[in-house]
Amino acid sequence: MSRQMTGAEMVVTALEDQGVDTIFGYPGGAVLPIYDALFGHQSVKHVLVRHEQGAGHAAEGYARSSGKVGVLLVTSGPGATNAVTALTDALLDSIPLVCITGQVPTHLIGSDAFQECDTTGITRHCTKHNYLVRRVEDLPRILHEAFWVASHGRPGPVVIDIPKDVQFATGTYVGPQNIVHKTYQPRVKGEMDRIRHAVALMAAAKRPVFYTGGGVINAGPEASALLRELVGLTNFPITSTLMGLGSYPASGENWLGMLGMHGTYEANHAMHDCDLMIAVGARFDDRITGRLDAFSPGSTKIHIDIDPSSINKVVKVDLGIVGDCAFVLEDMVRLWRSEGHGADRAALAEWWGRIDGWRKRNSLGFANSTSVIKPQHAIRRLHELTKDRDTYITTEVGQHQMWAAQHYGFEKPNRWMTSGGLGTMGYGLPAAIGVQMAHPDALVIDVAGEASILMNMQEMSTALQYRLPVKIFILNNSYMGMVRQWQELLHGSRYSESYSEALPDFVKLAEAYGGVGIRCEDPAELDAAILRMIDTPKAVIFDCVVEREENCFPMIPSGKAHNEMLLPTGIDDWGAPDLGAVIDEKGKMLV
Amino acid sequence: MNALTPAPASPPSPYSSALVTSKAESHTLSVLVDNEPGVLARVVGLFSGRGYNIESLTVAEVAHADHQSRITILTSGTPEAIEQIRHQLERLVPVHRVTDLTAQGNFVERELAMVKVRGRGENRMEALRLSEAFRGRVVDATTESFTFELTGAPSKIDHFVELMRPVGLVEVSRTGVAAISRGPDGM
Repeated sequence: MSRQMTGAEMVVTALEDQGVDTIFGYPGGAVLPIYDALFGHQSVKHVLVRHEQGAGHAAEGYARSSGKVGVLLVTSGPGATNAVTALTDALLDSIPLVCITGQVPTHLIGSDAFQECDTTGITRHCTKHNYLVRRVEDLPRILHEAFWVASHGRPGPVVIDIPKDVQFATGTYVGPQNIVHKTYQPRVKGEMDRIRHAVALMAAAKRPVFYTGGGVINAGPEASALLRELVGLTNFPITSTLMGLGSYPASGENWLGMLGMHGTYEANHAMHDCDLMIAVGARFDDRITGRLDAFSPGSTKIHIDIDPSSINKVVKVDLGIVGDCAFVLEDMVRLWRSEGHGADRAALAEWWGRIDGWRKRNSLGFANSTSVIKPQHAIRRLHELTKDRDTYITTEVGQHQMWAAQHYGFEKPNRWMTSGGLGTMGYGLPAAIGVQMAHPDALVIDVAGEASILMNMQEMSTALQYRLPVKIFILNNSYMGMVRQWQELLHGSRYSESYSEALPDFVKLAEAYGGVGIRCEDPAELDAAILRMIDTPKAVIFDCVVEREENCFPMIPSGKAHNEMLLPTGIDDWGAPDLGAVIDEKGKMLV
Repeated sequence: MNALTPAPASPPSPYSSALVTSKAESHTLSVLVDNEPGVLARVVGLFSGRGYNIESLTVAEVAHADHQSRITILTSGTPEAIEQIRHQLERLVPVHRVTDLTAQGNFVERELAMVKVRGRGENRMEALRLSEAFRGRVVDATTESFTFELTGAPSKIDHFVELMRPVGLVEVSRTGVAAISRGPDGM
């Protein structure tokens, strides 16, 4: 099926052929031909954002909640540079995006033309791959290749930079069926010998733990189903990174909670004391490992990852298996069954006994209050009142993000969208818009902080334009809470520039955008206010005024090991830690 | 702009310092890539972005019809870092194949240098005699200078350049290392 058409028409036709129903973007001089081709288009719906960073995060939210490739369309120069943060975010969290950028005409490239920038040069380091299309003949191939590269192997963002004259030029369109990538053919099946070895190690383990990450989510819902099956078969405990929440249900019996810097006591101690660690689609990030030379010192480590460069990058493992988590887990389940493996039940019973001891520390506990809303309590009520609905949660970055990860129980994959690797404040609202576009009837809530939300507040306008009933649930403590907490821990409580003196009235702000504002300061009124938010069929900003100087615990301080956690104060015999003294000089250098 | 920005770079982060357990070694890598715009920037950017060393880098198209180029990189790092470099290179979309020639064992590496020497009388004759001993060729001469072409392992060229210093070394141009494995098999 080859047809003659302009480059701009090729872009829209390729989107159709790739099954894209929604794109996020912002027009400008260098993409006008593509916008013209989109004019009145039936099958590809364009969502007009208010800032190109918002387009990128919206495409991420769309991709993460739907499993499809997210698409954004922006103009040259500032359009492209504004998208850079979102592209980097997608690179670090392995989210498949295709970003189409306009470029000045080819004869002007290099002349410092109006709204010219070296888009492929700038985005080379923050994309999985990028293209500058110099000839319309190359455009169809590149368009289809970009979708292939974005979604295969370890997913990531791909930029296609298209000069305006190439958009106007006429050429022959070729469909996706003839596109075979000549070099990029990532391995998805794991080596069977290694998988067999892994299963044998699992059968012999006395203190095993599954440590799972975003790779399980990226491998699709079937990977989560297989993971649950394997956990059920083996009865091993399981913990997950921030990125992997939902792949195993928080209500599951074997669930230890999240691990890492703000992970649970039981998850981190199980990691520290295990004799077999099975890492599935997780990358030993510094937020997870804490002090490296004290990381899980006595364990044999198995690492399953689709990206060979992830294996042995940070932590030396004993058995690396390169492959897609779904394929490898499927082989593991099959081998475990067919070879009649069984776990060491006596050893496991003893291991679970130790874990139950750690669980008794109740590391997510907090001292609740009747006079002021505790942020943890707010998240727990939000969970309780939304868990029986079709709910998706996005977040911004900071304390509220960690509290959401700790206290909102995720039962399914693709329900939790958060900026993990890059830690991008301003992620949550545009991501929620992307999620709501993919799931029009779902309840989509952006758990936010009052500082983060202001970074992409303008996207409220987008939500209203498309009648997207997203809910912004702000835990408002007037501080950049995590910055303030670190200043308390590291800098003698000198709260340098972490207090926002002139916050807007969020209720009036919601109303100014045409949405609904709700404020709640009284714990006794919280439930009713949350229910009112849920029942409002419009975008809502919920200003939840919470305890100002609450710290996020538990916490592994910088430079410390998994078994050197700080626990919350006032809930057990742990006593109040001297926060100023817990991090040594070396730890202060860390982020 | 975001919540927690990195502290100043020195002293080095304990996250990474905990990893340094073995000594740095030099490795020669051959990388076969699609000869497309930006491919060299991608490879070089990977090294600078992740803090790896490049001691020498050579690139030229080797298969014109297939638009393939071969990049030879001389790098140094711990064995763990070298393994990472190889995997990171393999991850680049236009990269066909990466071979660690040093890890593979037997290979030949050569570099070409042009060395300009200025002098008269005995110094000039001494330069010529030394170049003959190193199997150099004279590619340009004036009554007060010679330019020698020299091919060999980088250490041989280093040695020759040092010998030229006292007899009137002006400048050196080197190609960087090209390398290929011994035996009948390709990379």
